[in-house]
Amino acid sequence: MIDFTSIQQMLDDSCQAGLPLWNNIQLSDCQQQNIAPEASWARMAAMLEAMTQADQSYQAEDRSHSGLVGGDGGKMADYGQGEPLCGPLLTDVMAGALRMGECNACMKRIVAAPTAGACGVLPAVLLPYRRHFGCGENALIQALYVASGFGMVIAARASISGAEGGCQAEIGSAAAMAAPALVHLQGGTPEQMANACAMAVKNLLGLVCDPVGGLVEVPCVKRNVIGAMDAFSAAQMALAGIQSQVPPDQVLDAMAEVGRSLPHTLRETGKGGLAATPFGLEYAPNDIS
Amino acid sequence: MNLFDILGPVMVGPSSSHTAGAVRIGRMARALLGQEPGKAQLLLHGSFASTGEGHGTHQALIAGLLGLAPDDSRVPDSFSLAKERGLEFTFGTCELRDVHPNSVLIKLEGTQGGTLEVGASSPGGGRIKVFRVDGLDTSFSGELPTLVVHNSDKPGCVSQVTGALAAQGLNVATLQLNRGGRGGSAVMVIECDQPVSEATAQWLRSLPGILRVNRYTPNEEEPV
Repeated sequence: MIDFTSIQQMLDDSCQAGLPLWNNIQLSDCQQQNIAPEASWARMAAMLEAMTQADQSYQAEDRSHSGLVGGDGGKMADYGQGEPLCGPLLTDVMAGALRMGECNACMKRIVAAPTAGACGVLPAVLLPYRRHFGCGENALIQALYVASGFGMVIAARASISGAEGGCQAEIGSAAAMAAPALVHLQGGTPEQMANACAMAVKNLLGLVCDPVGGLVEVPCVKRNVIGAMDAFSAAQMALAGIQSQVPPDQVLDAMAEVGRSLPHTLRETGKGGLAATPFGLEYAPNDIS
Repeated sequence: MNLFDILGPVMVGPSSSHTAGAVRIGRMARALLGQEPGKAQLLLHGSFASTGEGHGTHQALIAGLLGLAPDDSRVPDSFSLAKERGLEFTFGTCELRDVHPNSVLIKLEGTQGGTLEVGASSPGGGRIKVFRVDGLDTSFSGELPTLVVHNSDKPGCVSQVTGALAAQGLNVATLQLNRGGRGGSAVMVIECDQPVSEATAQWLRSLPGILRVNRYTPNEEEPV
């Protein structure tokens, strides 16, 4: 049974059990939570449905409370009608990440994955994948199990909280969950999934959490875009056979150490980085400015 | 921690601590009042006070007081829902000692005459911690079925209650007991492994020395 404290242990256990990684993640969690696999599957299917509905709930005219956020998902979709720089798939991914981040900022119903601030990464990767590659719902639900399994190890070994580990723990974790999910959808091996996770983390290592006004708006919404793009690039590197030289578990340990080293001002306090620029300070709450 | 702590919850944005957790605090306060709230005074502390407005914390707390869940799309419109339902509310700020920055003190009056004062925090991920009930210190999260029992500070009250729970086959996970002063009133917080039925709560209310019994069941669907 997977204990979700080590990527290597997760892979070894699945190999010994002779189960696909997604299935062993599902069964291990069911055993630990004492729930039936069918109930777990239905709940995961509901998460996918909630993500799909959230994506559809987007309205380009919505604005956040501060007025800083809104409309960019619509701009990206419009731009994608022409001949976009990044091609149709990645343009769809970028638009999806913006839409979901903006939905969150505008108080729409979203799925925290792993957090509300990073809720755009996984759906921006999975939903355009479904549209462009035409995969079925079961494969997407399996991919969500893969993503959550890696997320469990990240939470145990490093952090999924911006206040604790900076934005690398939120957007970085979301990208590191989405990358192995993409490898799964492309039929890659568990080792490739582990490498994709590790490379996605490495690419965003040290990312600070510096929200303007302390709000989940700037730069959070746009960082969902880079998280989704990071997932695609890490997944493609892994599928090409490129490996993370630093073993995946050691990468997560480095992430934890970097998180602990980040100053207080760069861990969701709204007191450093972009939040402390002259622009950012205009939006600072009274007790900070 | 399980897979659905990582993927989930489904919630109204923008923040698990300032929005989803705030809805849960409101729901908890409603459950502990045990009746429809008619008046509410909410005093925000720390980050709830300074960034609450941009996070929809105010709407989230009122939504919870009305019994809405963190994923209810009506959370942003809770103020107009409160008007329809006759819930009057005011917001203010306060400085609390030794509590998490995301904290609130809620004073409630129920439509049937009950009152409640509850202090709670939302430390992250949508989890909550109730640190005060009617002026007495507590520490519980609502992750397990929870009973909050107000009793007179007299010998035998605790054993009566735990005895009644044992007779129902309910296992006590944690038990906290705090009192205002010797011989005054006390609050017992009992977290159980199994849900506590309304019938059991009614039975406890009939016991001598038991002043009030409220129960909170996590994820209980409440018609709203």
